[in-house]
Amino acid sequence: MFLRTVWLVVRKDLLIELRSREIVYTTLFFAISCVLVFAFGFVRDGRPVEDAAAGILWIAIAFSGTLALGRAFERERQSETLRALMMAPVDRPALYVGKLAGVLLLLAVVEAVVVPLVALMFQAPLFAHPLLMAGLLATGTTGFAAVGTLFAAMLVRARSRDVLLPILLYPITIPVIIGGVRGTAALLQPDVDLPMATVWLSMLACFDVVFITLALWTFEPSMTE
Amino acid sequence: MPPRQPDFTSLSFVDVSRHFGRRRVLNRISLCCEAGEVVALLGPNGAGKSTLLSLAATLLTPSSGEIRYGEQTMAAAGPGLRGRIGVLGHDLYVYPELSAAENLTFFGRLYGLADVEARVAAALDRAGLAHRDDPVGRFSRGMRQRLALERALLHEPRLVLLDEPFTGLDDAATGMLRERLGGLRQAGCIVLLTTHDLETIEGLVDRAVLLRGAALTVLDELDGGPRSLRERYRAAAEARA
Repeated sequence: MFLRTVWLVVRKDLLIELRSREIVYTTLFFAISCVLVFAFGFVRDGRPVEDAAAGILWIAIAFSGTLALGRAFERERQSETLRALMMAPVDRPALYVGKLAGVLLLLAVVEAVVVPLVALMFQAPLFAHPLLMAGLLATGTTGFAAVGTLFAAMLVRARSRDVLLPILLYPITIPVIIGGVRGTAALLQPDVDLPMATVWLSMLACFDVVFITLALWTFEPSMTE
Repeated sequence: MPPRQPDFTSLSFVDVSRHFGRRRVLNRISLCCEAGEVVALLGPNGAGKSTLLSLAATLLTPSSGEIRYGEQTMAAAGPGLRGRIGVLGHDLYVYPELSAAENLTFFGRLYGLADVEARVAAALDRAGLAHRDDPVGRFSRGMRQRLALERALLHEPRLVLLDEPFTGLDDAATGMLRERLGGLRQAGCIVLLTTHDLETIEGLVDRAVLLRGAALTVLDELDGGPRSLRERYRAAAEARA
């Protein structure tokens, strides 16, 4: 029943997104703009500043992720459908996992465009170690979205939710962003440091376990006012 | 398999209070509603009617006191209890980007209903929306209200909580809703509704209570009394003022 609920929520969110294409277009536009603006600042005479690519990649993911999180829950607020979801005779953590999975799929689409763009603009060998890079992206995005989904759900009825979400989200997800940046930088430096990238990947996986466990534990009490 | 859905034949608020920060919205409210009864919850705006419905819907927890569904509390009964509760809120709880059928099918599956397609088809027929396959966002307020009512009743709940159910309905739809509420009473549902439209519910409700100043007052003489519901409401409101 848990997985079935997750699937129903994901399918519903994807169906709505396919109809409106609102989140995917806005986050993509934002992420691409972010990378292009930084490319003008950090690439001189065709040569990028050292280590800039890793930082810019993760800034683009974090900023566009915040945008996607806000919009994903704005939909549930408009007709108070979040309350209808909460009224269903299902495990409420399954609703959280469903919303999280929907956000992750949308961010995967954004990353599928942004990663090659960063590789192109900053001449960064992001595809030299594809498994490690994919692992860093997957674990980093999951950790960021796990906390973000919880906060976005908690703030859905707050009047200044658009301001509060990044204020609450960024300080807590700083370890994830640092882990993503350092892990990616270890893969991009001239002497690739695979052990260091693996250490950061492991740390990100640990963050994911901690954040998801805490979110599953706190989602129900925080949603029952 | 969906969680086991425990049944019950009464809803009791026992000394229920609810505060929001320092603001006291409900103060030691006690009320019992039985199966086959339609109870109107009346009161001015901001009196706490929607808060009381949210408490019964398990969307809020009481600051003190207890809400019993039959002999059980929500904590004892588990999430399956929510499968016996249907809520039509002030907001309509439907996705404007989805069609009426998609909305009902989604919620039917979420509730783990058997034979979802047949139930959805019957519900769309009742709402007069069987011919509409466009997104709900393009519907009129009345059409959305009819759809929202069918969504709330799709899983045949025992406890039906309706917050301003007549809002946005034309005369024909109002008549149909009155009939539907009569049918719910016959089926043994516990119906608790809020409204300001006292003339519309005249003769429909078994009991009416006034919520004002965080406390409840029962309006008397509903069975064939000489005064209208509006007059009794005014009298009770003046007595509490």
